[in-house]
Amino acid sequence: MKQAYAWGAIAAIVLASTTGDVLLSRAMKQVGDVGALWRQSGLWTVLKAILRNPNFLLGVVAMTTAFYSLLFGLSWGDVSLIAPASASLTFVTNAVAARIFLHERVDHRRWMAAVLVAGGVVLLAA
Amino acid sequence: MTFRKYLVLAGVTLCASIGDSLLSRGMKQVGNISLNHLSDVILAVINPSVALGILLLLGFFASYMTALSWADLTYVLPATSLGYVLLTLIAKFYLHETVTTTRWIGILLISAGVGFVTQGPALTHHPAKPQPHDAEYESASAREQ
Repeated sequence: MKQAYAWGAIAAIVLASTTGDVLLSRAMKQVGDVGALWRQSGLWTVLKAILRNPNFLLGVVAMTTAFYSLLFGLSWGDVSLIAPASASLTFVTNAVAARIFLHERVDHRRWMAAVLVAGGVVLLAA
Repeated sequence: MTFRKYLVLAGVTLCASIGDSLLSRGMKQVGNISLNHLSDVILAVINPSVALGILLLLGFFASYMTALSWADLTYVLPATSLGYVLLTLIAKFYLHETVTTTRWIGILLISAGVGFVTQGPALTHHPAKPQPHDAEYESASAREQ
């Protein structure tokens, strides 16, 4: 039963954080290079640009959902299972989502990384 | 990639793994949370380990957002996944969890994935329209180097 709760939490984390990552990445690409913007117009301008971005706000909601799923999961399972399993699975779903929604060029090198990480996740859970 | 950008990636890695470990220790102190008492999960933030963990995860969030402003999502995520190796070491030596040989091999595979992706470019998707800032950024990063 504990295992079922742990894996349920992992599924919730993966779904919520993939949604969050895609939204946050889109938001930050819209804002642009934070370091350059900071040097140009100051921290306040950077913060305003980020906090006013609707994708950022939606992304934070999704990340908050993922965070509470993580807290819930950690009370049931080992950190060395829950944290790497959910984060690495998120990496694989993110590779797919980034290609579809963010139009990133996910080349063979990045797919290879996805396969290796997926294999690592299976072994972590074994 | 400048030295400053590698520092930001290191910040993502360190804050995430140390923050997660503190959360784990705190939640073990809090105990199992029942589906019937979901409000307990909100009260869990009173625990000092959970509170410090949340503080570190805020640091993670700031450096993560910074990294995403100049690199692909599919670059930032694997590039910072060396944190799992750190997380396993913390789990073994500090939280005293059992880390089996199989899990160690899993950690190795993930590390290999990190190696693959960091050899490639950080940013692959360029917006259709040429960005007016591009030349400025390049001269700025050239100065940093």
